[in-house]
Amino acid sequence: MLGIREEIVKERLGLTSNYAAAYAVKTVDVDVIAAYPITPQTTIIEKLAEFVANGELDAEYIPVESEHSALSAVVGASAAGARVFTATAAQGLEFMHEVLHITSGLRLPVVMAVPGRALSAPISIHGDYQDIMNARDAGWIMIIASSAQEVYDSIIMAYRIAEDQRVLLPVMVSYDGFLMSHTTEPVELYHEEYVRKFTPRNLSRYRLDPRKPITIGVIASPDWYYEIKYQAVHALRESKQVIKEVHEEFNKAFSTNYDLVEKYMVDDADYVLITYGGASSGNAKEAARRARERGLRAGVVRIRLFRPFPTDELVNAVKDAKIVAVVDRALTPGDVYEGPVFSDVVSALYSRNIEKPVISVVHGISQRTMLADDFYNLYKMLDEHAKTGEYPRSTVFLGLRS
Amino acid sequence: MMRLTWRDLPIGGFVIEPGNARNNLTGTWRTERPVIDQDACIRCRICWMYCPEPAILELNKPYTTRGGKKYDMTYEIDYDHCKGCGICAHECPVKAIKMVPEVGG
Amino acid sequence: MKVYFRTIKDLPVEEHFGPGQLTCAGCGPSIAIRWLIKAAGSDIIVVNATGCMEVTTTSYPYTAWSIPYLHVAFENAAAAASGVESALKALGRKGILDTKAKVMVIAGDGGTYDIGLQSLSGMLERGHGVLYVLYDNEAYMNTGIQRSGGTPHFAWTTTSPVGSKLRGKVQRKKDIMSIVIGHHIPYAATANIAYPIDLANKVKTALDYLDEGPAFIHVLAPCPPGWRYPEEMTVEIARLATETGYFPLYEWDHGRIRLNPPSNTHLDKSRRKPIIEYLKRQGRFSHLTEDDIKEIEKEIDEYWDYLARLIKAFG
Repeated sequence: MLGIREEIVKERLGLTSNYAAAYAVKTVDVDVIAAYPITPQTTIIEKLAEFVANGELDAEYIPVESEHSALSAVVGASAAGARVFTATAAQGLEFMHEVLHITSGLRLPVVMAVPGRALSAPISIHGDYQDIMNARDAGWIMIIASSAQEVYDSIIMAYRIAEDQRVLLPVMVSYDGFLMSHTTEPVELYHEEYVRKFTPRNLSRYRLDPRKPITIGVIASPDWYYEIKYQAVHALRESKQVIKEVHEEFNKAFSTNYDLVEKYMVDDADYVLITYGGASSGNAKEAARRARERGLRAGVVRIRLFRPFPTDELVNAVKDAKIVAVVDRALTPGDVYEGPVFSDVVSALYSRNIEKPVISVVHGISQRTMLADDFYNLYKMLDEHAKTGEYPRSTVFLGLRS
Repeated sequence: MMRLTWRDLPIGGFVIEPGNARNNLTGTWRTERPVIDQDACIRCRICWMYCPEPAILELNKPYTTRGGKKYDMTYEIDYDHCKGCGICAHECPVKAIKMVPEVGG
Repeated sequence: MKVYFRTIKDLPVEEHFGPGQLTCAGCGPSIAIRWLIKAAGSDIIVVNATGCMEVTTTSYPYTAWSIPYLHVAFENAAAAASGVESALKALGRKGILDTKAKVMVIAGDGGTYDIGLQSLSGMLERGHGVLYVLYDNEAYMNTGIQRSGGTPHFAWTTTSPVGSKLRGKVQRKKDIMSIVIGHHIPYAATANIAYPIDLANKVKTALDYLDEGPAFIHVLAPCPPGWRYPEEMTVEIARLATETGYFPLYEWDHGRIRLNPPSNTHLDKSRRKPIIEYLKRQGRFSHLTEDDIKEIEKEIDEYWDYLARLIKAFG
């Protein structure tokens, strides 16, 4: 194992997740970048601008005048056959929202990095997953990373997944705003040749070419819309298979260990926390270790592939637990429970006929501090509820002053 | 056409056959049709120039008028697509085009 | 402008647009698009904003376009075109794609004056080599004749209707050419479907200049249902728009403004046809009083005064 890593790793740098994203984009031979600055994404596009300005990255850098135009420009470029990249967060992601749906409807392999941030109002620059979760119905493949290395690796995989002829869907790689985007971690960067070999271009996909003129972006009546949309829905569901393949290949080529969900001490766990992102998952693992020391069989399932939802992988990971809690860092107000991933988990269990107590927890909204203690207390709470058989039937808002 | 399932269509709603709208016979829309009097027509190209569809064909067909004038072009209406707007008749400088009702004309 | 076509006999024969599109009979914009594409030739990529021309020409499974075509949304044709242009540059440089194709945006007044103004301004500021063609039917026609920033003063539309309190559009038509010229791009021009030779020459001239930066052409294209006139009058009404001085033909060419025929004779008001000739043929102006018409005449005179001063400064 050490052998492969030594060969492929070019250097080890202290990088924030944002810089790691920029380095990944540099290495994959991207053609067109279009982006508009918004906290906490700015350092990604600043680093990319630096790379382009000093000739390290041969790409067209379009400093667009809004996020809506950022995604529109990469849609245009992708339709013309280019490999593209953009990044945004929060209000920017909302501004480009209509184009998110258009991108997946037009089956364009756009890759976008989103360091998650809370949604206005009130305005907040701080991190959570509200913006990311709000985009979950737009038909994109969505990966949630938990470390700077994972951001770097996931963006490389994203190009391979997006451009696969069986997929041809856009991919969003998201992670914690500020807690990851602006936090330095050690990242191993690969030699360009290995990354390029892993991400060959798909030149056979349809594109704008005067030699073979096609029309992209039609209006479809009720007689046709359904089938065209269903193709994209089907492709997203089936992409899970391709995503698994790509992960296996990446793990082999780069000596890594990525999976659709990450299982931490789950095999014999009674109490499982389901988390996503770096801060929650890190805290949960720390809390799980502490809980184990005190005799609780605690485990963590970190969701890495969020769309398409990895139903079987998640269900297999938690089916033997006594009681599960989902820790969401986003809100779905007015919903049955106010945490988005909670609803997905419950649906997943229901779809496989598994009855299990699941508790909805919300934490870390607008970067409200999440302590490992909070997660440890969650394990204690799960233990209590397992004993009494009673558990909360509405979302628990951790950290809220009330 | 309606038998095509989601598996049969190119993805993304892409239309890969250029200009296939010509299979849509918009000529069925009209209530009046233009008729060119080939003897009066001076081959000025104006009707062809202004037709929105376009539904006026410029053909390399020689024609000799009743008055003996020889032309090597002829303009003919593409009745499959002509919507009967009447711009050609209106703009013709010698009024060589008449709009005739489709029904009862 | 450079003269590629001197007379009607020089106009190109090959069609790359239509027939079979779902436009109304007598559609002005359809004439505009037909000549745009004929003049540009087949080595182009069109990026179209949502609107009449997009919806009527790409109704699945049909397309009226025989050239590569992209539609994304309503307000972002300029942004998407910026992306296409950049892609062609990057892919060309990397030897992945070998094409000399030019990029053209086609957008209506709705998608340009109002919702599309931001992305248009961004594209112009960044200097992309894209030709932006605005086909102006002076309202949001595709959704049923609602007023836009390009709708003229007093015109009836469904959102500026004629009632007892308010009679037609209260505001004046936005001067989009001045906004575009303010970006100091190499080339901008007005054109009119009634003058296809002038339009074709301007399109080819503009495409030639794309190596230097963006170009813009504003085409007046009347709409029978929206302007309320019988469909055979489309070209005549377009012609009257220029003959009465309402829609002058002019170019901004590398910092100089030049009037094109017949507008080059219209600085002298007596050479312009009376504006009533243009207004009386359109139902959207049928409610105008004598005072309204005088007001419109005054506005046109003021605009010509402004043009005269521009020509003096930039001629």
